[in-house]
Amino acid sequence: MDAPLTWIGRNIPRLEDPALVRGEGRFVADIAVGSRAVVFLRSPVAAGVIKAIEKPELPPGALIITGEDVATLKPIVPRLARFNYVPIEQPILPRTRVHYVGQPVAAIVAATQREAEDIADQIFLDIEPEEAVVDLDLAAAPGAPIVHPMAPTNTIVEGRIRTPGLEAAFAGATVVELDIRSRRQNASPMETRGGHAAYDRASGRVSLHASVQMPHMLRTGITDCIGMPEADLRVVAPDVGGGFGQKMSLFPEYVLLVWLARRYRSTFAWIEDRRENLIASAHSRDQHHKVRAAFDDQGVMRGLDVEILANIGAFSCYPTTCGVEPLMALAEYAGPYKVAEYGAHARGITTNTAVMAPYRGVSRPVISFALERLMEVAAKRLGLDPIELRRRNLVTQFPHRTPTNMMLDEASYLETMEKAVEVAGLPAFRAEQAAAHAQGRYLGIGFSVINERTGYGTPAFAARSMEITPGYERVEICMTPSGEVEARIGASPHGQGLRTALAQIIAEETGVDVARIRIIHGDTDRTPYGWGTFASRSLVISGGASKLAAAKLAVKLKRAAAVLLQGEESQVRLEGGMALLPGGASISLDAIARTVYHSAGPISEKIGYDLNEAATYDPEGTFSNACHVAVVEVDTETGGTKILRYIVVEDAGRLINPMIVDGQVQGGVAQGIGNALLEEIIYDADGNILTGSFADFIPPTMAEIPPIEVHHLATLTGASVLEAKGVGEGGAIAAPAAVINAICDALEPFGIQLFDMPATPQRVRAAIRTAEETSP
Amino acid sequence: MKPAAFAYHRPESRAQALALLAEHGDEAKIISGGQSLVPAMNFRLARPPILIDINAIPGMDDIREEGGTLVIGARCRHAHFEKPVSSAPIGLLLSRVAANIAHTPIRSRGSFGGSLSHADPASEWCCVARGLEAELVAESTTGRRTIPAAAFFQTIFTTALRPDELLTEIRLPLFGPGWHCGFAEYARRAGDFALAMAVVACRVEGGVIREARVGLGGIASTPVTSPEAVAVLLGQAPSPALFLAAGQAGADATSPDGDIHASGEYRQDLVRAMIRRALTQAFA
Repeated sequence: MDAPLTWIGRNIPRLEDPALVRGEGRFVADIAVGSRAVVFLRSPVAAGVIKAIEKPELPPGALIITGEDVATLKPIVPRLARFNYVPIEQPILPRTRVHYVGQPVAAIVAATQREAEDIADQIFLDIEPEEAVVDLDLAAAPGAPIVHPMAPTNTIVEGRIRTPGLEAAFAGATVVELDIRSRRQNASPMETRGGHAAYDRASGRVSLHASVQMPHMLRTGITDCIGMPEADLRVVAPDVGGGFGQKMSLFPEYVLLVWLARRYRSTFAWIEDRRENLIASAHSRDQHHKVRAAFDDQGVMRGLDVEILANIGAFSCYPTTCGVEPLMALAEYAGPYKVAEYGAHARGITTNTAVMAPYRGVSRPVISFALERLMEVAAKRLGLDPIELRRRNLVTQFPHRTPTNMMLDEASYLETMEKAVEVAGLPAFRAEQAAAHAQGRYLGIGFSVINERTGYGTPAFAARSMEITPGYERVEICMTPSGEVEARIGASPHGQGLRTALAQIIAEETGVDVARIRIIHGDTDRTPYGWGTFASRSLVISGGASKLAAAKLAVKLKRAAAVLLQGEESQVRLEGGMALLPGGASISLDAIARTVYHSAGPISEKIGYDLNEAATYDPEGTFSNACHVAVVEVDTETGGTKILRYIVVEDAGRLINPMIVDGQVQGGVAQGIGNALLEEIIYDADGNILTGSFADFIPPTMAEIPPIEVHHLATLTGASVLEAKGVGEGGAIAAPAAVINAICDALEPFGIQLFDMPATPQRVRAAIRTAEETSP
Repeated sequence: MKPAAFAYHRPESRAQALALLAEHGDEAKIISGGQSLVPAMNFRLARPPILIDINAIPGMDDIREEGGTLVIGARCRHAHFEKPVSSAPIGLLLSRVAANIAHTPIRSRGSFGGSLSHADPASEWCCVARGLEAELVAESTTGRRTIPAAAFFQTIFTTALRPDELLTEIRLPLFGPGWHCGFAEYARRAGDFALAMAVVACRVEGGVIREARVGLGGIASTPVTSPEAVAVLLGQAPSPALFLAAGQAGADATSPDGDIHASGEYRQDLVRAMIRRALTQAFA
């Protein structure tokens, strides 16, 4: 067999897929088959005092667990050391008050889910309603009802930054002001949450299989709440059907499952249904920004001043805390643009709504929406072409230190935009647009330039002052006596093809075929402590650690080969499963492995008695970047938008598996299109949620997503040992701005500018109607 | 999301089904395709103690032409209409309508009569039945009666069917030579419940519209007709300006309900657009 020249950069079909497409994946619900079912009774009111929970007569084996039964469990209390953070306590099950519709109030155990739902039906929940506060702006206003007494202004976290010359930058400048609104979303992973907790009587340990992104962290969090030895809990994330951040957080349901397993020395499973997921899992991106920007007469942005409000829901998510949205907006607002003077005031506001948690891109889809709308509106004010305005403001010198002290590493902000303009054929499109307009059709084109902070380790998280500082990843690598490679990783994929990418990295270093590399992940019994998957980090950090560990293994293999082949270690090459010397002498890696373990002899003096190595990687972070272009047609009668073409010019540095990268970009864009046009969680004024199914909360389907063309530039950065940058979130970050800019471009004849997302048909139509009514 | 307990019957004849309905009345619910009923049961919004499954009854999904009428067996699946079931204008119209109903899996299970009996105001078939003045045949152990669509739809999810009655046939005009039919709806996503829809049928003779029917759906608690739009059309030659005027008249005469996806004002805009588009399609 001809050995490939390189494993990196090849479109290896995902190693994960054969089992998944055959239906042989193992998700929590597969593991849970036949277990006693747990169903949560959830609060039907947004705010109130629990007066009574009247239990019906129960069939044998059934249980109803309420807050009184679990009074010994500690609440979930994530902490931040700064930013006026108020540590609010989230009970596992409440004893006195409820704080949002969907909050778990009781757990019902029965032989089957149906039986448990029947029991839940018969529980009489007596809750005396109190005044709820739901709307972000109302909750932030003086005199609003108070959600938690320890936070009398409903402000849970508050950050400020202001460079000294900010006001001066606005003096005499062209000042552009925007009012930006992003509506609440649900990440909507294909697989909902779920857990299966099994008690082992022999060891007294519990194994929790759960659909999560951070198994190690959750083990710590759950055992802290229960007050049990951490070593008595094993957490396993088996196949996970997407998470997008929603499955990062510690939820009360998992604590309760483990508590039940220990208390009753038995096995229990909870599989969330879609309605619960939409109502009670975690929401995101309910934000309101007021943006002021100062431009000089050359169109250079001299100052940026933003007021950021983020609705954090009823509690603070663990471990990131509810600072995750407002403080990210505070730190990263300027995105890929230069701005000398910067001010921001960011607040996280608590309300009687579901808990906010990170979702793919976190605050950046909103920030980029604001910035890219700003570029369009400012260009109009300044009489400049919006592409030209971006040219004058994008960062082009690297490294670049931002006003919030982030260091932007080498990237291609300007180059991706120029390439996107070229690919889109902007002049030809303008001609097509004019011809269509003559026929009464409204076409538009929208651009969005973003950077995406990826692969950041503990230094970046330490800057947020979280009590828990995530960031590093460890990989332990081992060649078996038969020559396969096993890598145990602290990261924990949720469907993104990480096993394949890591196998390619290890294959590149060791010359072992990817088919003989096993990536072991998501099991706290079998993997080193690590942080899981989030923040576009897994490839950069766990991949970086894989490279470092595999390189160490390669050194051992070369040293062993040199002994066995009686050659020079420095001349040994590893390729195609062989160790090769320039003269043609060779030995298979399998033979080396057998010899090391079973005939140690003289080799042990050189390399010891095993082929185990490990490495930990904790980088500063690297910024990938992209320019997105959306071409749309707006139906002015209905306000509906159809996306005709979608182009991404991405720079993720060195691509390990381009097919997986493209998949990440395309999936992110699909979610971004949902964000731009469709998805909106709606509460009524009393805190009842009106979007409890996919008939009302509407993610895009195949029919709404156009083909997405992806082009690549490759800026190789020293900030990542792989020279690779993360790409998990960029698609979702850039797409809303590109799509809504395109809508505004299409509606240019009406003079319409939209600042509220999603740009739903009724919002777009209302803007057109207003324009029609106010102009002749 | 599991349904509350229920008893289940699967009669093998129409007579058995009617006898079960006569016996259980209000307690029983007919299940045909189950595409609306089963989700409602899983959400426990519907808790029928008894289900009567009509899928084993022979002859409930026949389609035939009788004189100028298309007779549709109540259990005919939506997918059955994707290709025209008749060479008369109604066949093409129904195929255009069927393409708008949900998605392929739902179209292959859900049934025409089930949609009418469920009486969702956003149902395409309900809009067609009301707009084109269908007659609905209901049977019970005490006999058989024909209900005009105008009397059938009473309010949301409520029809003139008595608890002991089974909808067995839908009778629609075939529409002969000179007739032009069209349908248009607007939904947020492909296959979603429409926010507004319009069905039209016009007979042209001597270059002008002599007869017209306009039905609207998704805008009120039942499907409705639009006599205002009809009045604009009658006696006029078809033209884009006429279609827009008919749409405007239809929209002006409605005061649609609002919900989270569409305010009443927005639905009015959609009514105007959908009448215009349905007419444009009819005369394309």
